[in-house]
Amino acid sequence: MFHIFCPYCQEYREEEEFHPSGQAHLIRPADPASVSDEEWGDYLFFRDNPRGIHHEMWVHRLGCRKFFNITRDTATYEILETYRMGEQPSITAANAEVRREQGVQTADGGWQTVGAQPENSRLNEETPS
Amino acid sequence: MSEARSEASVGNAATFDTHPGADAGVTPESPLQWSRVQGRVTEEGGAAEQIRVIERPFLGHLVLRGGAITLDEAVRAELGVSLPGKPLGLVLDAEGSRSVQWVSPDEWLVIVPAGEEFELENRLRARLGDAHFAIVNVGGGQTLLELSGEKARELLMKSVTYDVHEHGLPVGKAVGTVFAKTSVVLRRPSEERFELVVRRSFADYCVRWLRDAGREYGLRVESASP
Ligand SMILES: [Zn+2]
Repeated sequence: MFHIFCPYCQEYREEEEFHPSGQAHLIRPADPASVSDEEWGDYLFFRDNPRGIHHEMWVHRLGCRKFFNITRDTATYEILETYRMGEQPSITAANAEVRREQGVQTADGGWQTVGAQPENSRLNEETPS
Repeated sequence: MSEARSEASVGNAATFDTHPGADAGVTPESPLQWSRVQGRVTEEGGAAEQIRVIERPFLGHLVLRGGAITLDEAVRAELGVSLPGKPLGLVLDAEGSRSVQWVSPDEWLVIVPAGEEFELENRLRARLGDAHFAIVNVGGGQTLLELSGEKARELLMKSVTYDVHEHGLPVGKAVGTVFAKTSVVLRRPSEERFELVVRRSFADYCVRWLRDAGREYGLRVESASP
């Protein structure tokens, strides 16, 4: 079970109270009528599936019922930060390594718990292809 | 006509009284009616058990949505209590019978004695005028169960995932959480008691769960007269 920090309730809650709601920061085309079918299809159906840092929307379903964002490592299940709707992540794939060396903090400064550790961390090393 | 008293129009919103009174010829049934028929609920005031569960049916439940500052002014003027600004806050009036609870950053739950909510809603609407807000009477959809007794905390520890210890749920705090696989609002209005705000359709289930989980301590479910 995860302990997830709700940025609205301002405290850690059991995972059972939350529900994941897919990739975060999707931007709806400003004028849907003028985009191509391919662009609209990309927006509507296609989602990133990265190995590593991923930004997701979650909803505090049984608590405040607000949506918020989580930066999560899909390989280690580690939750790196949670932040409100409309805010930008402070940890991204580009700066994750630096962040990891310095330790990770939630957006509001509180320490975030670490999720399940992989049995063999080498399984999660990126191999150049 | 009794409708004249029980319906109103404030601004562009039509409101109606969900407690039309005895002369309307409607007998209200609490969400625990089935449990009562089954003999699982007794009248208030009997032999002391280690845990008492008291149903408080037919209270006025209003959900207020809008900006904190606007709503705070109106609630303070009409109810005499300030809106809890902090997340998970719960404030009661001096009497302890009217409460305002933080639900989310733009949502509060107001619970007042039965029958007061109609007038309160109308007064709040009149005062808020053209402000950006919403008031919904949710009294028909949920009910309140009060837990007290020395083993009440132990009973909750078996039932909710939330930390109900003093440091997790001090007096003046209210949280939405998981209770026996359903959702519940868990409130701590005073040192001696906890409150559960449950969905109407889950009230029987919750009471049956409480009776089962509380059997080892001795638990009595009572119903307060409306
Ligand atoms: Zn929350």
